[in-house]
Amino acid sequence: MALEQIAEVPAAEAERAVQNRLSMVVFSGDMDRLMAAFIIATGAAASGMNVTMFFTFWGLQAIKKPSPTGRSLFGRMLGVFLRDIQGVGPSKMNFGGLGRWMFKKMMKSHNVTPLPELRRLAAELGVRMLACQMSMEVMEIRREDLIDEVQDVVGVATFLEEASRSKITLFI
Amino acid sequence: MELKPDLTLDLKGLLCPMPVVKINQAIKNVPVGGLIEAYATDPGVMADIPAWCRSTGNELVTIEKQDKVIRFVVRRLK
Repeated sequence: MALEQIAEVPAAEAERAVQNRLSMVVFSGDMDRLMAAFIIATGAAASGMNVTMFFTFWGLQAIKKPSPTGRSLFGRMLGVFLRDIQGVGPSKMNFGGLGRWMFKKMMKSHNVTPLPELRRLAAELGVRMLACQMSMEVMEIRREDLIDEVQDVVGVATFLEEASRSKITLFI
Repeated sequence: MELKPDLTLDLKGLLCPMPVVKINQAIKNVPVGGLIEAYATDPGVMADIPAWCRSTGNELVTIEKQDKVIRFVVRRLK
């Protein structure tokens, strides 16, 4: 190895070193799992961590605007079902939307911060929200269908680079 | 006799993650070395505030529970 190459190693190593970061894949579009994802993200950001959330597949519902999406028949159908973060239901006991209503009521009566508020807070705390390009293609969701707080539309390599230098990685 | 806090926060009724989020926002408003006093009712605070102090490198001066209200004092160290 040439001398100048050796000299370059420490800088490159430092770049790849594990930092005070949290990287999260948000795959789920369930209300309960999204609560967990946003509580962990805001809590970590409030504890001084650098946080990245990568939203893919069902998780995209959490960062969608309520406007209709999709071009094809199936795409438009998906757009109707995956409205926005207000429309997410619990992973158990949803009973066709009744569970969503019940949980919203119970969380309100216990003074739990609602999901849209947690998302707003996450953005305010500097949590980086990324959207998965491939799922967006499949589900016919365009960049302009996503909320403005989404910083970028990326792929797996971007997430992996981020995850490889994170202390904590989660898949939710 | 304890020192006078620079800021007093009312976190009563707030649940996870709000106490930690609020403390994190508030600590920016006191000088380094300054004290924040807070009152909370979320029992999770008993574990979470000490953990937050360890993660962020701030000092937990005191944390105590009287009836249902938890009072704690944090000193900003950086």
